[in-house]
Amino acid sequence: MFRPSNHLILKEIKEKKLKNLLSTVTFFLFLPALIIMLWLFVKGSSALSLDFLFMDPIEGMTAGGIFPTIVGTFWLVIISVLVACPLGVIAAIYLSEYAKDNTLTRIIRLAILNLAGVPSIVHALFGLGAFVLFLKMGTSILAASLTLSVMNLPVIITSTLESLKAVPQSYREASWNVGASRLQTIRHIVLPNSIPGILTGVVFSVGRSAGETAAILFTGVAFYLPFLPQSVFDQCMSLSMHLFTISTQVVGVPDAYPYATALVLILLILSMNSLAVALRSYFRTRRKW
Amino acid sequence: MEIKLTETPPLTMEWRKKKGSKPTGERIIEALIKIAGVSSILLIGAILFFIVKESYPFLMGAFDFKEFFFSTEWYPASVVKIRYGILALLCGTVMVTVLSMLIAVPLGLACAFYISEFCGPRLREIYKILIEFLAAIPSVVWGFIAIMMINPAIIKLFNVPIGLNILNASIILALMSLPLIISVGEDALRAVPETYREAAEALGATKWEIATKVLLPAAKNGLMAASLLGVGRALGETMAVLMATGHSIQIPQSIFEPGRTLTATIAAELGESPKGGEHYQALFAIGLVLFCLSFIVNLTADLLIRGKRQ
Repeated sequence: MFRPSNHLILKEIKEKKLKNLLSTVTFFLFLPALIIMLWLFVKGSSALSLDFLFMDPIEGMTAGGIFPTIVGTFWLVIISVLVACPLGVIAAIYLSEYAKDNTLTRIIRLAILNLAGVPSIVHALFGLGAFVLFLKMGTSILAASLTLSVMNLPVIITSTLESLKAVPQSYREASWNVGASRLQTIRHIVLPNSIPGILTGVVFSVGRSAGETAAILFTGVAFYLPFLPQSVFDQCMSLSMHLFTISTQVVGVPDAYPYATALVLILLILSMNSLAVALRSYFRTRRKW
Repeated sequence: MEIKLTETPPLTMEWRKKKGSKPTGERIIEALIKIAGVSSILLIGAILFFIVKESYPFLMGAFDFKEFFFSTEWYPASVVKIRYGILALLCGTVMVTVLSMLIAVPLGLACAFYISEFCGPRLREIYKILIEFLAAIPSVVWGFIAIMMINPAIIKLFNVPIGLNILNASIILALMSLPLIISVGEDALRAVPETYREAAEALGATKWEIATKVLLPAAKNGLMAASLLGVGRALGETMAVLMATGHSIQIPQSIFEPGRTLTATIAAELGESPKGGEHYQALFAIGLVLFCLSFIVNLTADLLIRGKRQ
């Protein structure tokens, strides 16, 4: 009969120990995220009310609500997605459907990678130099959103590229073989089959840009504005900037206020992310391949 | 090549030709697609161009290489003598980045190993969602957490007068770059062919042996790239570091002393500096330094990942 030698048993024990160690490490890495959420919720929920959401900040931002910051965040996010989404999707189509494996393609990939790695404050400098000063947009919602869309472009390209690549090559070949051109194939076969993945990536990027602060710091966001933005050439307030302001720059803010602001910001981003995760799992079950 | 052409039947040649002449509409659209395709090259070029453009007068004028990189005296608004030395800021950036990576890289890679090799598919899904969740917390919220939560904790634990210091920023940065390190590291481990594992298992290797003796060497480049991308993230982080480092321009003597980084300096001072002035241009020059640093880090990471694929 086969019996494990002592050596093997020792090995097994060692392995079990290792597995436990790794699982504890992993668990404790994610613990902070949960603790932070709980803690924000506990501290912030006391100030959270409909008034808080729908009132203007008053008395030097030490009282009132955060309504203009929410409106501003929506302006910024929506315009930046409207710009970045078509450009990013088309760029991904080029990379996935047209680009040959040559030097140009390699340079494009490198550019995307670097665009994703450029520090957000450098994006802010670019936005200031290019949109605010050179294109004379002034510090405005438009300049800030364009800066955000430059930041989001690589994210959208990468996620779109992944979902385009996931469409089986045989689909394309079948379409070509019945005489469809490249463009027709993209329009009627590739895009409809990859829309879910593209959508997921876009929704993720919406969440990301809602929380961005550094990139919009000098391009279009004001510390405090007594009125709501009327057009894209106005400045606006934003949730993320407001959190920075009331937690570092303003004295005499009641304790619960910044917590509640952080909570609103996180909940906004989380709802976006959950939407993306839900979309992804919903479409994954209905995928045809 | 020529032989092939003569071998092609005439009918196919005719068909090829016809296929080559696309309708003009389609041609225009495809040209537009190509323009969008190269947009990222144009954008990265534009970023470089505008940063150089704005900092050009400073680089040509008051810029002194030795003072800029080797002096700790950053007095852009001094009345007596204006000095632009970024050594202290550079040290702040390097210290914060290195310390945060010392925390994040071992933990992140251990975590990547666990998620990729040891845990079940269900648990993996849960962890992946948690990673996305952790990655979604914006930097300004991390900064807020640094001020409100880690600051008092450090004061209490280490009995130091101020909790906004290098250590605080490093902890925050470690938490921020963990999701990136874990997910890229996990991708690198998953990219190792299943046959490697099966072969090792058939030889009687335990999971631990597979991990250290098979996977680690095979995924070495990818894991290094994961760490480098983490470095890039830590290097470029602005708001969280601005809020957590405690804002004093000096070379920190210990991790409990406050410091300041390149990114935080730009964020803190750009609003106050008059547009087009020398101070303003000097800040753009710092931006140029940051751009170059991140370019080098990302390029190296990319080369490592590409090396792995070949």
